[in-house]
Amino acid sequence: MAGLPAQVLQLTLTSNVHAARTVGLVINPIAGIGGPAGLKGSDGPDIQAVAYSKGSRSRSIDRAVNALSMIAATFPDAHIVTAAGQMGADAVTAAGLTADVVYSSRQPSTGDDTAAAVTAIAAAGASLLLFVGGDGTARDVASKLPVGLPMLGIPAGVKMYSACFAVSASAAGTLATRWIEEPLPVENREVLDVDEQAIRTGRVDPHLFAIVRVPFLAGRTQARKSATLASEAAGVRVAASGAIATMSPGTRYLLGPGGTTMEIARQLGLTKTPLGVDVIRDGHVELADASEQELLNLLTESAGPPARAIVTVIGGQGFLLGRGNQQLSAAVLRALGSDPLCVVATEQKLTALGGRPLLVDTGDRELDTTLSGYIAVTTGVGRTSVYPVHAPENEGAHSCV
Amino acid sequence: MSLPIAPKPAIRRFHQARWDEPVIFESTTPGERGVLVSQPEPGIRETVGDVLSTLPAGLRREKKAALPEMGQMRVLRHYLRLSQENLGADFNIDVGQGTCTMKYAPKVNEALVGTSKLADLHPLQHTDDVQGILDIIWNLERAVAEISGMHRVSLHTSGGSTAIWTNIAMIRAYHEANGEAETRDEVITTIFSHPSNAATAKAAGYKVITLHPDADGYPDADALRSVIGPRTAAIMITNPEDTGIFNPRVKEWVDLAHSVGALASYDQANANGILGITRARDAGFDVCHFNLHKTFGTPHGSGGPGSGANAVSEALAPFLPGPVIERVDGRYVLDSDRPQSIGKVAPFYGVAPNLVRAYSWILALGPEGIKAVAEIAVLNNNYLMKRILDIPGASAPYAVGRRRIEQVRYSWQELYEETGITSEEIGVRASDFGMHYWTSHHPYVVPQPFTLEPTESYSMAELDEYAAVLAEVAREARETPEVIRSAPHNQTVHHTHHDDLDDPERWAITWRAYQRKYFS
Repeated sequence: MAGLPAQVLQLTLTSNVHAARTVGLVINPIAGIGGPAGLKGSDGPDIQAVAYSKGSRSRSIDRAVNALSMIAATFPDAHIVTAAGQMGADAVTAAGLTADVVYSSRQPSTGDDTAAAVTAIAAAGASLLLFVGGDGTARDVASKLPVGLPMLGIPAGVKMYSACFAVSASAAGTLATRWIEEPLPVENREVLDVDEQAIRTGRVDPHLFAIVRVPFLAGRTQARKSATLASEAAGVRVAASGAIATMSPGTRYLLGPGGTTMEIARQLGLTKTPLGVDVIRDGHVELADASEQELLNLLTESAGPPARAIVTVIGGQGFLLGRGNQQLSAAVLRALGSDPLCVVATEQKLTALGGRPLLVDTGDRELDTTLSGYIAVTTGVGRTSVYPVHAPENEGAHSCV
Repeated sequence: MSLPIAPKPAIRRFHQARWDEPVIFESTTPGERGVLVSQPEPGIRETVGDVLSTLPAGLRREKKAALPEMGQMRVLRHYLRLSQENLGADFNIDVGQGTCTMKYAPKVNEALVGTSKLADLHPLQHTDDVQGILDIIWNLERAVAEISGMHRVSLHTSGGSTAIWTNIAMIRAYHEANGEAETRDEVITTIFSHPSNAATAKAAGYKVITLHPDADGYPDADALRSVIGPRTAAIMITNPEDTGIFNPRVKEWVDLAHSVGALASYDQANANGILGITRARDAGFDVCHFNLHKTFGTPHGSGGPGSGANAVSEALAPFLPGPVIERVDGRYVLDSDRPQSIGKVAPFYGVAPNLVRAYSWILALGPEGIKAVAEIAVLNNNYLMKRILDIPGASAPYAVGRRRIEQVRYSWQELYEETGITSEEIGVRASDFGMHYWTSHHPYVVPQPFTLEPTESYSMAELDEYAAVLAEVAREARETPEVIRSAPHNQTVHHTHHDDLDDPERWAITWRAYQRKYFS
């Protein structure tokens, strides 16, 4: 993980108030083009050429117009800071809004153009960056996003492992409209991306590339019948406190990546690498940003202390293992013994799965089977939620039998 | 010519009254009085002397109370105006606040509790002087015991959450009496049980384990099996859950609890769909409670006082709160000598007027009538569900395609994905048609939720009208979303911001606090 871009972003868990409420937009005009063609993604000119030859056309501009129309309905005079042509201005104009163009791409545009456009849009004072695309676009956007600037995806890609997308273009438009009106809370979400070449050869191995700030809609006017957590941030604090309450002296903890595990480190007064696995024990960091091999060396030392991994839900699809925290490999988990995992997450994060199970994919089917079933997820001090865990790889195997 | 009366449109053209009425403290006129009290006659004044000086210093005001000074007529008008600016249960088709069971609270019962026979009683009167109200409480206890199948009942608590607290307090006392308080430190509940079950168990010191539904949307028995054991003090569940889904294996859940020595607690706050159909004790539950304001027709009172009824098996009877009413030689007495009791959970006998209302409600209906309440409530609910699910964009997640008991937690997620209009915005717009609408408890487990519960009170025509309003708002979401986004249009106030309710430095729930925090 050492070679990651340095955009490991600010992890302040409080919502903040933005004075200037300008929305920026960048579109990946060819996002999703590989999907209808069955190409598992749209990265790179070769694949795009194949997609075009198969008759695909991108719907990313239509989706952008859909979202921008929601803004236009409330703020017809709004200006959107964006890139020229298909990368933004065309859609802005089509939605009836005014485009402030701050970047022009070469033709055809590439991921480098997305990154360069993000830099220009941020410099022009946007307080929220809307982007249209999939995981690859999210990764390009995150790579140049200034620390603390929130981003929100209008879903249009083939790959959607990241947790920074609205559920639909209209939902993104609603969020952006609200964003112009008033401050919205933001929460930390993961940007994951896979090597598409690997997917095409049958291997899903997405990595965690960034943790970014994403706005979300919180309850606004009603529902005061029961005690509610004031915010997602409060939920994260409570869940982290709950995990800390279960920690034992002398035990070694492998703290996985994620916003909730970051909060655990913060409450313990430790510095954690947001995208890495850090080993902590009795209030000290033993090993920061450990590789799989370093973890194995540590865990297989003779007469070592007991050890557990603390993990949280990574990305939008409910993965606990195998997406973004590959350092916690099957070999590492086996070295942890019979009760390897402490799972920590907010109740909101579980309910956001809409009944879909948590997922593990360590690449070791026997281990995945052991980890499947029900797991007690720590949601607060003395509070757990029992939630089903599935191993999608195993289920795929069963369906073939 | 204003006759004949023009036919009314299918959708009511509602508009809320707007009086711009100031707060009553700002309407004061110094010296104005509602009643001019006669001065005492000279002889009396001289004989009695300075009454105030006989009071202890701590009871004497140093300054006059800063009450508003207003004539009777102006007080009446003030509150009538405020009532017109509300959208109360007696004004609208109040099916939009599911889980609350907003059934009609019969007005004849107000006449009963307004009589001097009740209103002039004092809870500190000797029991010999209040045999009538004790008789009512005793008989109401018997009725609730019969309805629940339980052995004994307490009517002390003044709200549902206090009643759930009383359930867990009795469970804790039971395990303490058996020497198992130390080892049994976990309580299991479900995500769709009322959140007060988790909250009171936590307040009582238990670790709380919450179960999520299974793949079919029913309470997950396998999840229960995975965590229940010697550390379990109790399962605390609602059934039907807040989704309106009835757990068909509830007996199995209770048996599982008993097999590990745990107790089973049944949140029946809203028993409206099962009255006279199922009984908690018949399913093996050890303890349950009802909210009289949900199930037995007493008013909700906008936050209180309500009334809870706790019903327990014979094994738990010694732990009931006290004092309890006993019948000795045809007379009612209070028994406070109960060493295992959890003690007082409310002052005196409970909320006596609500007990009278509930007793009257039960007697007026009789056993067949009570069963008919449940049957009509379930029929109404499933009729309304059909009407709602006919609206494009509405769905009822979990146990898809199956019927519900007395309420349904619906979702506008499809409409939201298509139009960006949220459930809360739909609720605000529904108020423009004179309809109250709620979403769900937090956190939202069902996305873009709304929860409808028609109860037995509403007619088919009224349910049709409510469904027509939601269909109209859903149509607007697609065709004129800006109308919804800028709603309300027919209300007295626009959006309120409630961040001040989350901030102790800013919230003001009394006039005095408002003055202190904002003007001093």
